[in-house]
Amino acid sequence: MTAELVRGQNHPLSQSRLEIRISAGTPVAAAAALSDENGRIHGTEWVAHPGAPVQPGLEVSRQAAADHRLAVDLDAMTEAVHRVSVLLALPAPNGGAGPARFGAVAAPFVAVTGLDGTEVASYTITGLDLESAVVALELYRRQGAWKVRAVGQGYAGGLAELLADQGLSEAAQLAAGIDEAVARGLARSVQAPPPRTSEGDRSRQAAAPAVGHDQGSVPQGAPGSVPPAYGGQPSGGQGQGGPQPAYGAATDPHAASGGPVNYSHPGRQTSAPPPPPPAAPPARPGQPAQPVAGDATGWSMEERLYNQVWGMFEDLARTAAAYRSAVDFAESRMDKELEQALSDPRSRIGGQGDAAREAARARYSQLVDQARASLDRDVAQLVAESQVVEPALPPAFARWDNPCWHAYRVPMEIPMALRLGDLRLPEAEAIRIPMLLRLPLERGLWIDSGRTDSLDGTFTDSHDMRRLAMDTAVAHAARLLAVYPADEFTVHVVDPAGSGAQALAPLSQTGVLAGPPAQGAAGVTEVLARLIQRVDLVQMALRGGAPDALPPGFDTAQQLLIVNDFPHGFDDRAVNQLRYLVDEGPAVGVHLMMVADREESAGYGPLLDPLWRALLRLTPVPDDHLADPWVGHAWTYEPPTVPNGSEVLRQVLTKVAEARRTWNR
Amino acid sequence: MTKGQAISLQKNDGGSLTAVRMGLGWQAAPRRGLFGSRTREIDLDASAVLFADKQPVDVVFFRHLVSDDGSVRHTGDNLVGGVGQGGDDEAILVDLSRVPVHIDQIVFTVNSFTGQTFQEVQNAFCRLVDETNGQELARYTLAGGGAFTAQIMAKVHRVGSGWSMTALGNPANGRTFQDLMPAILPVL
Repeated sequence: MTAELVRGQNHPLSQSRLEIRISAGTPVAAAAALSDENGRIHGTEWVAHPGAPVQPGLEVSRQAAADHRLAVDLDAMTEAVHRVSVLLALPAPNGGAGPARFGAVAAPFVAVTGLDGTEVASYTITGLDLESAVVALELYRRQGAWKVRAVGQGYAGGLAELLADQGLSEAAQLAAGIDEAVARGLARSVQAPPPRTSEGDRSRQAAAPAVGHDQGSVPQGAPGSVPPAYGGQPSGGQGQGGPQPAYGAATDPHAASGGPVNYSHPGRQTSAPPPPPPAAPPARPGQPAQPVAGDATGWSMEERLYNQVWGMFEDLARTAAAYRSAVDFAESRMDKELEQALSDPRSRIGGQGDAAREAARARYSQLVDQARASLDRDVAQLVAESQVVEPALPPAFARWDNPCWHAYRVPMEIPMALRLGDLRLPEAEAIRIPMLLRLPLERGLWIDSGRTDSLDGTFTDSHDMRRLAMDTAVAHAARLLAVYPADEFTVHVVDPAGSGAQALAPLSQTGVLAGPPAQGAAGVTEVLARLIQRVDLVQMALRGGAPDALPPGFDTAQQLLIVNDFPHGFDDRAVNQLRYLVDEGPAVGVHLMMVADREESAGYGPLLDPLWRALLRLTPVPDDHLADPWVGHAWTYEPPTVPNGSEVLRQVLTKVAEARRTWNR
Repeated sequence: MTKGQAISLQKNDGGSLTAVRMGLGWQAAPRRGLFGSRTREIDLDASAVLFADKQPVDVVFFRHLVSDDGSVRHTGDNLVGGVGQGGDDEAILVDLSRVPVHIDQIVFTVNSFTGQTFQEVQNAFCRLVDETNGQELARYTLAGGGAFTAQIMAKVHRVGSGWSMTALGNPANGRTFQDLMPAILPVL
């Protein structure tokens, strides 16, 4: 028989071993405070909270969750304890990820049940608004027997105010400690499964008795020694390379106390609901909201950042379109008005015509100024967004000068996309949009070493251009090697005349290439034959419906072929083989990166046009040949540049080579 | 509000209105007898035409869902209508703060693509909503409104630094917004 309590109502308890179930629409932290007959909490050790979850007769969860079960044994309470208050608090009300007040979430529901699950009393805490902490209910001694009372007293000042109100002198410190512990729990639970226990946590717990039974051991370590890692980058960006064994999978105490069985696959990211996106701090009235990295939809931080970058791309395209159409309109209107003023014979005498022309020009500049002002406003907003997004990008999306490359670790998973460079528009020089291309590649790349007149009018001679093109190709290839897990990306190089040897040094010296760059016509033939055989084998296996039937020792990695100095060293047969690779390769994981000047192969005539069309053209110098999908502006592409004198490329490739050696099965 | 009445979209507290939504809703045609798939569907379309100095410069309709500048967005074509319970089956969202500066008028129209007159369509309405607070600025009941296939519904136009809305409700005939141009131009 369940008693549904209203605020202030009480109900006798016949059992002494109880469970208190809490369900809220959002993760909340649960705590329980013990107090004496005067309602005073004697000290911090009288509070069971996520940082110190076990007290005599009492155990609470170590992390914030939407559902809690608190175990209570009233017989185990010391004589001094006369009251047990059950407290709920929203995790980290300021700056945290979740809502900051109970008014914004569904009313929490609390039930007192016996060990067999029968409900004794229940209470829905309604009427909360600005409060971020609440005393849900209290169990209290009355003439030797225990009773439960629905309280529902909320505190806008959070746990600190709540605890202070109960007479605890160290209320503020304890509240801070609880927030810390909750944030730590959040960091563990929010990062997609398996929930990892950080190295630091583990070493500290080694001092505690029951390792392996995670929720039994209490991390008494100094709060704050582990920074909350929420919002960390996926694929090991936070310095925890790869998933660890399922140690610590029991961070959720429900698992041991008969809670619901978790059917989700521990290694599959999408089975867990996505962690909430980082909440933007509320905008001050009259000003645009502060931008936040990852402020877009997606299942992971990586996907959110990807979507956010594309959102910025679209916004900039459209903002520029608005500006351009306004300026075009202003120009055509001025032309029309000037023409009218000219064609009107009356205005030719006297100053009338001049005045009309003057007025037309003034109208023009007024409209253009307005358009410029709204463009500047939008661009400023995007610049602010870019400033928070760029530092948050994972290596695959980041510029080479991003510090995340210095903390690079070989990833365990293929990223969503790859940054090929930057895009910008002449109206908005202040902002660069990362150009992200989805992986796996769907078409080959062509680094154009031909065009020697760059946008800013500087002249690069063809020799320098070729070297630049090769450097760019190496940077792209190095990035591809780095963002794929070890042994899942193989690079072949065809350098018939050996002219790219210097540029290829970072690749060849670190030993990440499949073999030394192939030279001469014989080398070209040999490499092409190998890749074609691979394409045919995989195609046969796929068409035969037996993708497992590939020969043993078959390299299943994605293959990239870099071709320098095309068509040097290519005969007709090799050219046809190359075309075959371009057409058939991408579907079976064989990709082409041409470093070439189209003019040099002009002798083949239109035969090669489909080849060039099938490749995505990139340039080693800024060039405006790429269009966006919404409005079709010509965007200036800037190739990715490794900072001058930086060793980052070599360091990253060395790590890749190391990982290959150690992981080689 | 009544036909021809103009309301300023400036709010009382001085902040100006930033987003409006034009919503269009109607009830799907009832199923007829045995061959249920042979019902004569009713397809109403909402369009917004953007004018600069009385020249149409852009239009948002079911074939062009987002204006080039991104400030006017159509939520997508609905070919059959809804259940007629008052929800919008098609909507056009206008972010007034981002409309290019040379656009000074936006005219909203409704037309019946499948050719039924509004007399034959049940529970058809169109309305203009202030997106910031959900308040309805104007609402027209189209159903039973006469033997017309189109309506020039309302226009929002610049006044000073803000926007103002004028309810029009002029009946017209046409399959798409192009047919309505002669009817639109006099109201600019």
